[in-house]
Amino acid sequence: MTKIKTAARLSRRQFLTSTAAGALAVALAGVLPDPVLAADPIKVAGIYTVPVEQQWVSRIHVAALAAQERGDITYTFSENTSNTDYPRVMREYAEQGHKLIIGEIFGVEAEAREVAADYPDVAFLMGSSFKEDPSLPNLAVFDNYIQDASYLSGIVAGAMSESGNIGMVGGFPIPEVNRLMHAFMAGAREMNPDITFQVSFIGSWFDPPKAKETAFAMIENGADMLYAERFGVSDAAKEKGILAIGNVIDTQGDYPDTVVASALWHFEPTLDAAIAKVRDGSFVAADYGTYSFMKEGGASLAPFGTFEGKIPQAALDLIASRTAAIKDGSYVVEINDAEPTSS
Amino acid sequence: MDILDILLSASFWAAAIRIASPLIFATLGELICERAGVLNLGIEGIMVAGAFSGWIAVWAGLPLWGGVAVAMLTGMAFGLLHATLSVPFGLSQHVVGIGLTLLATSLTFYTYRVVLPEVSSPPKIEAFQPYEIPLLADLPLIGPALFSQTPLTYAAFLLAAICAYTLYRTPVGLAVRAAGENPSAVAAQGLSVTAIRMGAVITGSGFMAVGGAFLTLSAFDSFFFDMVNGRGWICIALVVFGAWRPGKAVLGAILFAAFDALQIRLQQTAIGALVPYQLFLMLPYILSILALVVMSRRAEVPAALMVPFNKGER
Repeated sequence: MTKIKTAARLSRRQFLTSTAAGALAVALAGVLPDPVLAADPIKVAGIYTVPVEQQWVSRIHVAALAAQERGDITYTFSENTSNTDYPRVMREYAEQGHKLIIGEIFGVEAEAREVAADYPDVAFLMGSSFKEDPSLPNLAVFDNYIQDASYLSGIVAGAMSESGNIGMVGGFPIPEVNRLMHAFMAGAREMNPDITFQVSFIGSWFDPPKAKETAFAMIENGADMLYAERFGVSDAAKEKGILAIGNVIDTQGDYPDTVVASALWHFEPTLDAAIAKVRDGSFVAADYGTYSFMKEGGASLAPFGTFEGKIPQAALDLIASRTAAIKDGSYVVEINDAEPTSS
Repeated sequence: MDILDILLSASFWAAAIRIASPLIFATLGELICERAGVLNLGIEGIMVAGAFSGWIAVWAGLPLWGGVAVAMLTGMAFGLLHATLSVPFGLSQHVVGIGLTLLATSLTFYTYRVVLPEVSSPPKIEAFQPYEIPLLADLPLIGPALFSQTPLTYAAFLLAAICAYTLYRTPVGLAVRAAGENPSAVAAQGLSVTAIRMGAVITGSGFMAVGGAFLTLSAFDSFFFDMVNGRGWICIALVVFGAWRPGKAVLGAILFAAFDALQIRLQQTAIGALVPYQLFLMLPYILSILALVVMSRRAEVPAALMVPFNKGER
């Protein structure tokens, strides 16, 4: 009796395993219609709510163009797609046979998930404020988790600010913005525990004149170093002859005497991981945010360029030791998504 | 920093005047349209088109004032479209205006992408720099606030004076005002209401576009797609606030801008840490609505505003 029972249990497990494998095979077949074609470029489409010049989106766009250059994917994109149009454009690309759709669904979280559910054979890799949902296996999320680099740029800022007063202008206090600000502030405090921060949000992603005015007000209020989360902030710093730290992209080319360092985001590890998974059929709901970590190569501190040799040695030493520690996992930069406030 | 300290600082008023300048241009433009009897809701899109065309013209090699002229002409072209649809054809001014905003905005992005297909960030130009007016700039408080601005800001105030003079002291101004109050009387005088209204809409739209160009040629040195960010709609309210009078409209623009400059600074005071930042961002709008309620009670709305005129029709 016992033996038979065991056998029965075993067979059920076997049954479940084989069903799961079968389902996986079906899903795999859906993603890759013909294993022979596996080496062909994957059809990828990008959908962005802003022009591809925008800092954040530009990193995705550049990574996709690079993958296309390598021959891994064919890439097409729609920019400046309004959120109201976003689900429609997702459907269009899915209907056209694109196998991987990348974009940002911060403003259409629910609708985008509905679309993804309708196209189980298409992999969606979307920038999102939420985590992955196992019941929606073809939608993975990512975000620019570059707090490691922001932290290092904060060390530079803390060392270079003479007044101990740093101004930070942000668009909206969403997790992506908040966690980078917090990491930056933590870095700055490493060099100067008494440093104070002025934090403002302008309620817009694209209003450089307003960002500039806000930065001017902070400079009047004593700031001699600005955290340039938005376009317009470095301009105010340049005009008033103070320094700034860039975010996501390297802006030193435009402001050679102003931008000391920038925390860079590299989307390549995120995209390449997704391409590999789509290719071998193992793409599942997951949080690709970790691919933006420094140890994955998703974030780095931009070269100091024009400020080479002008940054205090103590800061450089700390950056070097922390970089090594972050990469080997012995130091973890805190992820804090709460809204930062002035201090 | 205390509120009183903020209000007494020259840099605060300088910021207010800077923020007000694009609003002054666009408000005057809207005011001229409405004085002639046409509500121009194309303002937001025209400002976007002006911001882009002025900037791209300078980027292509024109001098700054050439960029201003290009912006003005672009605005006038959109104004011609609005005027044609809304005046002789007498179509709904709301629909025409909103349609024009959508068209101008989309067309701007289309042109932008055609001209700059692959850029990592929009190119920068050499924008207008502050110019200190001799002697006047040395005055305490108002010197740095009013007389150390960019030339385009001075042009905004000059334009306000010209508009006020033209509207109230010249035959053209009388004709424009009459077209908005009693077009039949204008027609009875043998003047063409259609021509007057179209002229007003085209001119006004030109000024709106210059308001947009202020953002790319003076306040900033590059173009971003969403940078007008609702300023056009604010100007519609400022016209009402100013009771359709140029002088009051300018004051309204400065008041709104002062609230905006104030909220930016209040965010850094002790209360800034306690109050959510959204409340500060709302402040200029809330205070403007309150001011609007008070101010508009005695406002005289142009009697024929939004009423199409068909010659010979009673």
